[in-house]
Amino acid sequence: MTGTPPQHASSADSVGIVVPRTFAIEQPLLLDCGRTLPRHDLMVETYGELNAARSNAVLICHALSGDHHAAGYHSDSDRKPGWWDSAIGPGKPIDTRRFHVVCLNNLGGCRGSTGPTTLDPATGIPYGPDFPIITVRDWMRSQALLADQLGIARWAAVIGGSLGGMQVMQWAIDLPQRIGHALIIAAAPKISAQNIAFNEIARQAIMSDPEFHDGRYYAHGVVPSHGLKLARMLGHITYLSDEAMRARFGRVLRDGDGQFNYNYDVEFEVESYLRHQGQSFVDRFDANTYLLMTKALDYFDPAREYGDDLAAAFRGATARFLVASFEADWRFSPARSREIVKALVAAGREVTYAQIDSDLGHDDFLMPLPEYHRVLRNYLSRVADEVGA
Amino acid sequence: MSDPQTALRPDLAIIGDLIKPDTRILDLGCGDGALLSHLARTRGVRGYGLEIDPANVAACVAAGVNVIQADLDEGLADFADGSFDYVVMTQALQALARPDLAVAEMLRVGREAIVTFPNFGHWRARWAIMNGHMPMTPALPAQWFNSENIHLCTVADFEDLCRKSGWNVLERVLLDRAHHRGAAITLLPGLFCEIALYRLRKPANIVPVG
Repeated sequence: MTGTPPQHASSADSVGIVVPRTFAIEQPLLLDCGRTLPRHDLMVETYGELNAARSNAVLICHALSGDHHAAGYHSDSDRKPGWWDSAIGPGKPIDTRRFHVVCLNNLGGCRGSTGPTTLDPATGIPYGPDFPIITVRDWMRSQALLADQLGIARWAAVIGGSLGGMQVMQWAIDLPQRIGHALIIAAAPKISAQNIAFNEIARQAIMSDPEFHDGRYYAHGVVPSHGLKLARMLGHITYLSDEAMRARFGRVLRDGDGQFNYNYDVEFEVESYLRHQGQSFVDRFDANTYLLMTKALDYFDPAREYGDDLAAAFRGATARFLVASFEADWRFSPARSREIVKALVAAGREVTYAQIDSDLGHDDFLMPLPEYHRVLRNYLSRVADEVGA
Repeated sequence: MSDPQTALRPDLAIIGDLIKPDTRILDLGCGDGALLSHLARTRGVRGYGLEIDPANVAACVAAGVNVIQADLDEGLADFADGSFDYVVMTQALQALARPDLAVAEMLRVGREAIVTFPNFGHWRARWAIMNGHMPMTPALPAQWFNSENIHLCTVADFEDLCRKSGWNVLERVLLDRAHHRGAAITLLPGLFCEIALYRLRKPANIVPVG
């Protein structure tokens, strides 16, 4: 988003130039769908030093379109830093002077980790639509294998927003002994019918693109750019509040002359914005990965195995929880976060809940809102004290 | 940072003394979390604070207190019946839309409720009204038009509500401004008490004695 002050790799509160690394996970991974991945690669970035006790590691889980590049810059000429640079860095709420921060591109991603664009060893061509459906729990298992390889027995905290927050919940429920604190931001215990509906429209936009070729578009040397663009445009509308769009675009016309053109070209600023967002997404994201990510969202429902009782799901958790939501977020509204809090209270877990006054919408979780960052900072400062960071 | 134990507000210290060790507590309008922090350290009491103000929420987080940002006027629907030993509310009752429903909710969620409120029957308040003005006293410092206190009551009013609602008063502590229980209060509680504290219970929960 625009409006943030200019930052550089050389800023005192930036992690600076960062270099992603590939980790080869050679253990087979049995997936929720029943299939097994014999091995996989994960693209990883880390910021800050791991202490001698290996107690100060923090895992950052990314959302739908995120990746391993959460903070810093890949080169001096990078225009934009990583996706959560506002919160990660020296002196920032996720303070890299105290924590060893780990962020990875999730399995099924398209930014270097094994996913649909990877060559299937069985066929020698990209997996494409044959890549198995990945669930939030599969991600957690894959992340746990990465933690083993990094020598991290227990995360001081696992942190994530949106779909990332769902991964945090899964960690707290399934691997309680490996997580000290769970920070669940702008998430939901499962997504609503409305949310599934948005995802389905996004998928249909991609799959009905003539260039989709049943997901085997790589072989045709094309991408379903039109469908992916539509999917992203739709997504963007749901990440912003009505008020934020009104404030930012209103009904301002693209042409300065104030005259209607009475045609189907871009007339209003908001149309121009959405087309631009859609196009820039097509340039960096794979359509099959987008399909996978939306399915992971749809399937997430940790209470399902506990008789639809979320409190029962949390009863075995030992982490302390910080749950945060944003007033202007209607895609993952505060009411959904309160469901999580309610279940945690019913399960007798330690939980703090902050409902942040905000304007933007779901994307607020990426913004450096003072009230939000103060809570994050205060919370994580205690975590750092606790683990001797 | 000062030691919260020594800095504990006198009314909170009095409440703290009423809470049994190793119990579960819900503190409505918990402020910076001083009471919860004190009880956790000194009595092994666990629980949550509810607080609406962001600065207070951040202070609770800094103190390691479990705080849930919430508007008390929206009720306690997120909390199950009888899920706490105590539900505490200090100096907030008079600012709520429906104090009667709030206390009823406290007694649904908790086995006992502890509330404090400023006594509108204090002689200073009566004196002000006699002189034709809404009171502005140390316990009620705001003007009538900007006061958050929309449901002020006297000790006698509150006890009427308890009787009508069938709440048992287990304990009543009447304090002056300095949070002392002076001789004047014992003699004429309705006139000299500035802050009233009640510990309540629903009769159904009381095991008959003998």
